Amino acid sequence: MIELKSPVNPEEVKKLRAGDAVKITGVIYTGRDAAHKRLCELLAKNEKLPIDVNNTCIYYVGPTPAKPGRAIGSAGPTSSYRMDPYSEPLLKEGLKVMIGKGPRNKEYKEMLKKYGAVYMSSIGGAAASISETVKACEVVAYEDLGAEAIHRLEVEDFYAIVTYDSEGNDLFEQGIETYKK
Amino acid sequence: MRKIDLKVVSDKIRDMFIDACENIPENVLDALKKARDEEKSPLGKQVFDQIIENAYLGREKHLPICQDTGVAVVYLTIGSEVIFEGDIYEAVNEGVRRAYTEGYLRKSVVRHPLDRVNTKDNTPAIVHIKMVPGDTFKIEVAPKGGGSENMSLVKMLIPADGIEGIKKLVVDTVFNAGGKPCPPIVVGVGIGGNFEKCALLAKEALLREIDDESADPIANQLEKELLELINNTGVGPMGFGGTRTCLAVKVNVHPCHIASLPVAINIQCHSARHKSCTL
Repeated sequence: MIELKSPVNPEEVKKLRAGDAVKITGVIYTGRDAAHKRLCELLAKNEKLPIDVNNTCIYYVGPTPAKPGRAIGSAGPTSSYRMDPYSEPLLKEGLKVMIGKGPRNKEYKEMLKKYGAVYMSSIGGAAASISETVKACEVVAYEDLGAEAIHRLEVEDFYAIVTYDSEGNDLFEQGIETYKK
Repeated sequence: MRKIDLKVVSDKIRDMFIDACENIPENVLDALKKARDEEKSPLGKQVFDQIIENAYLGREKHLPICQDTGVAVVYLTIGSEVIFEGDIYEAVNEGVRRAYTEGYLRKSVVRHPLDRVNTKDNTPAIVHIKMVPGDTFKIEVAPKGGGSENMSLVKMLIPADGIEGIKKLVVDTVFNAGGKPCPPIVVGVGIGGNFEKCALLAKEALLREIDDESADPIANQLEKELLELINNTGVGPMGFGGTRTCLAVKVNVHPCHIASLPVAINIQCHSARHKSCTL
C-alpha cells in the first residue's frame, strides 16, 4: 500500500503504476458534471477558478446529506467517463489525480501521459465505508448545486486503486485480458 | 369496496425508500457472499469484501449504502375493489418527498432534462400501476441509480436474429459497459411486447427476487446461459477483471408482433435495492 499526501508531489504521481493500491491523506476536492461544466466555462473565459487545482486531486462524487454527527453523507464514486470532455482544461491547470469509477476514453489516457497525471478508482457502491475516511467536509463553491457543489474534503487513508497511470498502462485492460474466457 | 387511506400509503412509501437505501436485501447479500467465494481474482475478492463490509455498515449505522439513492421507481398493484379518496400519484410523491428530505437521501432529479434544475426533493417519482381483480394493494419500491441505468438500452431486433442475436446484444452491452454500472451487476432482460413494453419487462425483471427462477422454460434456460456468458467476459468486480461480473440474469417475456423481436436490457448495480409490501 502506497501512502500519498494531497496536495501531491508531481514526481511521486509519475511513479505510480496501474494496479498500485494507495491511501490518500490530506485535502481533496469533489466535483462532478455540473461543477466541471462551470469550471471549464471559467477557464474558457480566462477567469480564475474558485479552487486551486494545481497538484491536487478531484474526486467525482455527489454525497448524500450528512446525518447529524457525521462529517459527510455516503460518498462513493460516480462514473468518470462523463467528465472526459472537461478533463483537459483542468489538467492544463495542474490537476494531477482524478478519482472515480469505470473506464474512460482513449483521448483521456493520452492526456494523462502528456500532463503526468493519473486516474484512480475507488469502489463504486461502497459509499458508507468510504465516508468513514472523510474527516471534514465544507462546500467551497457552487452551493446552489446541492450534492454537485464543490466540497473540500479532509481525508485520512482514503483507499483508491491506480487505474490509468502516466505511462499509458490500463488496469481494466490488463485485468479483463487475464480473466476473459 | 375497500377504502385505503392515502396518508398510510405516503407513510409506507417514505419508510420503504429509507429502508431500501440502508438495508440491502438478505438474498442479495447472500448472492454477494457466494460470488466473493467463487471470484478468482485477488483484487476482485477485495472489491467484494469492501462491498459486503459496506452493506453491514449501512445496516448498523443507518447510512445509505450508495450515495446515488436514485430516481424513485414505484410499482403499485391495485385490486379493482380498492378505492382512494384523492390522488394516488400525489400520495406517492409525498412519500418520496419525505423519504428523501427526512431520510438524508440524495436528491438526484432535475425538473427538465435540458435546463437541469434540481427539484430538491427527488420528485417526481416514476409510478407504474397494474390493476388486478380483488381487494389487494401491493407497493414495490426501487431506488434506481443513474450509473447502471445509463448502460441500459432498447433494441428492435428482427425474428431472424433469434436467441443468438439476443445473447450477443446482452453480452456486448455488458462488456462495453465495463466497470461503469458497478459490477457485479444484475441484468434484467425484456423480450417481446413492443418498443415500450420490452423496457417495462426488463425493469420488472429486476424486481424479481435475486434467487428466483423463471417459470418460462425458454427464459429459464436463457437466464442460465447468459449468466455464464457474462461471467466469461472477464470484466469482473468494478471492471478490474475477474470471474464474477454478474450476480443474476432475469429474463421476462411477452407476446409480440410477427415482424418484431424487441429486446430491452436494464442493468442493475450490485446495490440491488428494492422493497415490497402488501397493505
